[in-house]
Amino acid sequence: MYQIQQHYFTTLATILFCIGVGGIFLNRKNIISILMSIELMLLAVNINFVSFSVYLHDLLGQIFAIFVLTVAGAEAAIGLAILVVYFNNRKNIELENISSMKG
Amino acid sequence: MNFTLYLFYIFSFVLISSSLVVVSTRNMVIAVIFLILAFFNVAGLFVLLGAEYLAMLLVVVYVGAIAVLFLFVVMMLNVDAEFKENVNRRKPLITMLIVILFCEIFLITKFSTVNHAEITAKYPTPTDVHNTKAIGKILYTDFILPFQISGAILFVAMIGAIVLTMKTEARYIRKQSIFAQVSRSKKDTLEIVKVKSGEGIDL
Repeated sequence: MYQIQQHYFTTLATILFCIGVGGIFLNRKNIISILMSIELMLLAVNINFVSFSVYLHDLLGQIFAIFVLTVAGAEAAIGLAILVVYFNNRKNIELENISSMKG
Repeated sequence: MNFTLYLFYIFSFVLISSSLVVVSTRNMVIAVIFLILAFFNVAGLFVLLGAEYLAMLLVVVYVGAIAVLFLFVVMMLNVDAEFKENVNRRKPLITMLIVILFCEIFLITKFSTVNHAEITAKYPTPTDVHNTKAIGKILYTDFILPFQISGAILFVAMIGAIVLTMKTEARYIRKQSIFAQVSRSKKDTLEIVKVKSGEGIDL
């Protein structure tokens, strides 16, 4: 494992995070795409946590990655539930009129 | 170059290309399937790193729960039918900004002068037990409060998702009407009829 240097993993996580950020800004019409981009960004953060945890010989990073995973699951569930309700009300999932959810 | 490094390059290449497909495709079902591929590749990278528990957790939680949830919603909503093709005019600008962001983070992480060897590990990795047992020993003792709180977060998310998507109309849900049950009395429901022999009854 130690033939792979740590900045390889950091660079990989950076690339993945930037792809996620770009996905949010490029797919502004589709909320499902945005939720998937957020999942990619959380995945990049997890890669960083785990690689630092392994290379520094400290288990704390892996523990924190578990909590990130938990929050990602809760966020996906709530986001998709809101999406389903929004689709049932408006028959589309475009992000343009989403400020009408303010009430 | 040895075999581990080859594996790292293969996993990274498939991960980056599949995540590019995720953000660029118009077909949501294909996007979800490539998201699952990306999760599997990250699980492979975690196995290479020696974090086996987190790799398996990633497969179970992300692929088994989140990606299937996405797939379920995509197939249920059927959004591709009315999804309009719209050219984003600011695409080159956004791409340039993303490249600048990547270059900045890359330069910061590559040329950082933080000496990680000086940092003392608070929970050093034990060498005599395997990864899952080591994580469990920490997670259930020192991190029991965050562990319970994350369970509570999942519970609130579950209740919230159910409450948001539940329809309250009576034709979807058959509820028990307790008032109607309690207020039934013997005289509205029971009628005693004397039956004479050979005549039958007329209801």
